[in-house]
Amino acid sequence: MEKQTATVLRQECIADGIYSMWIKTPLANEACPGQFISVYTNNAARLLPRPISICETKQDCLRIVYRIAGKGTEEFSRYHANDPVSILGPLGNGFPLSGEDAVLIAGGIGIPPMLALAKALTGKKEIVLGYRSTPFLQDELSAFGDVILATEDGCTGTRGTVMDAIAAHPLSGKVIYACGPIPMLRAVKEYAAAQNIPAWLSLEERMACGVGACLGCVCESTETDAHSLVNNKRICKDGPVFAASEVIL
Amino acid sequence: MNTQVSIAGVTFQNPVMTASGTFGSGMEYNAFVDLNRLGAVVTKGVASVPWAGNKTPRVAETYGGMLNAIGLQNPGIDLFIERDLAFLKQYRTRVIVNVCGRTVDEYVTVVERLADTSVDMLEINVSCPNVKEGAIAFGQDTKALSDITAAIKKKAKQPVIMKLSPNVTSISEMAKAAEAAGADAISLINTFTAMKIDIYRRRFALANRTGGLSGPAIKPIAVRMVYEASHAVSIPVIGMGGIANAEDAVEFMMAGATAVAVGAMNFHDPYTTVRVIEGIEAFMRDQKIDDVNSLIGCV
Repeated sequence: MEKQTATVLRQECIADGIYSMWIKTPLANEACPGQFISVYTNNAARLLPRPISICETKQDCLRIVYRIAGKGTEEFSRYHANDPVSILGPLGNGFPLSGEDAVLIAGGIGIPPMLALAKALTGKKEIVLGYRSTPFLQDELSAFGDVILATEDGCTGTRGTVMDAIAAHPLSGKVIYACGPIPMLRAVKEYAAAQNIPAWLSLEERMACGVGACLGCVCESTETDAHSLVNNKRICKDGPVFAASEVIL
Repeated sequence: MNTQVSIAGVTFQNPVMTASGTFGSGMEYNAFVDLNRLGAVVTKGVASVPWAGNKTPRVAETYGGMLNAIGLQNPGIDLFIERDLAFLKQYRTRVIVNVCGRTVDEYVTVVERLADTSVDMLEINVSCPNVKEGAIAFGQDTKALSDITAAIKKKAKQPVIMKLSPNVTSISEMAKAAEAAGADAISLINTFTAMKIDIYRRRFALANRTGGLSGPAIKPIAVRMVYEASHAVSIPVIGMGGIANAEDAVEFMMAGATAVAVGAMNFHDPYTTVRVIEGIEAFMRDQKIDDVNSLIGCV
């Protein structure tokens, strides 16, 4: 883990407001599925890093897929091949890998880390993806398992949420991995409890330091946390992946 | 070339410290900077018992700065002594513990628990804008500030730094009140109470609605306040507020600070503290300055 100036290999827009950037960095070789990097803007007036999940890695190369959510990510979207990009990572704890048949459930910009995860998991995979509208990364993910789609506008797959898609396509996996908006994770947590199978959830929160020092990005935990002896786990350091039973959403 | 400074009889190998709350107890930043290089580690605020802090979102970026409303989440003094102080003991860097509380008694409890430890100094947080009771309530009124300073001085075994709030009409009056009540030094500034609104969601950016503004955006105000405070008192002043590089640190020292602290910029670049130290040394070489103390209040 270190902060460094890496180099953009290439970048493309893969859906409305969604960008895919390959970065050349040896930090890629340390990364596990579910970890993230902090990406710093070139404008010192925007002093906090943007935490972005790692989509996949190759030797010395790391890919992020992110949505333009403000001026910082808008700046990143204008980077071209050979531009410098300032990053810190890999950060946080990734998904614990199980050899069992797995269900991957992701919504929106929670989908990218599922690609690295799908590559790393050895069992059969059912991959449930939810979008507002036009899908992205679904073709790449389909190489690793059965992809089930849901879109809010019904443009493709089941109209509605990932839970609507699951209701229409009964699943057989024995462990769930999920990343997406809180209401989705809440529903996944309930579903996993009803099915009596373990679930791993990747959470997101506004961060400042990204390394566990500032206590900006906590989530409520069922057990007392080791850092502060309260019920607040640090998403950046103790997560971003948590057992569903570990967190209160 | 001398970079050593002295505050209330405690010497520091250089004038660069960490600002409380931005560096934890150094454990997380240890991966980036050699803690032995720092003038001092100033820890995140610690109370008599664990505090859960505020709801999230707790942080938000603003132009040239950030808001935080962590709410002083901390593990309480027992675990802090057992774990954090034990960790810091491995380093020769000075340790200043930031102390917070809801009542005078709570502050005094922490101060008493630290009496037998190897801690070099205490920094009393009477200026956190993000908790409902205590903290800033003691830092916005000269009488309250004077009373808590005197109560802590009565029990403290280490020199006491009172950390002042900029959310006051006259920083000079607050500085004078702290000095008159026995403070050994003052540090300033803590954050400005501020607000950000997400206009698309029509909501406050922070769950706490208000938060403390820090970062380069506040630096010129901080420099002015350090100047005013240091000219109002004869005790040493530790200056902070948006320090991003050595030039900023030197500016604070010229305004009257004996030492400086790096805060929000640790989040922008975890190596900032060491870069500031190296930059001050380079500035001194370049400007043919033999003693860093000659910068203090030189304007």
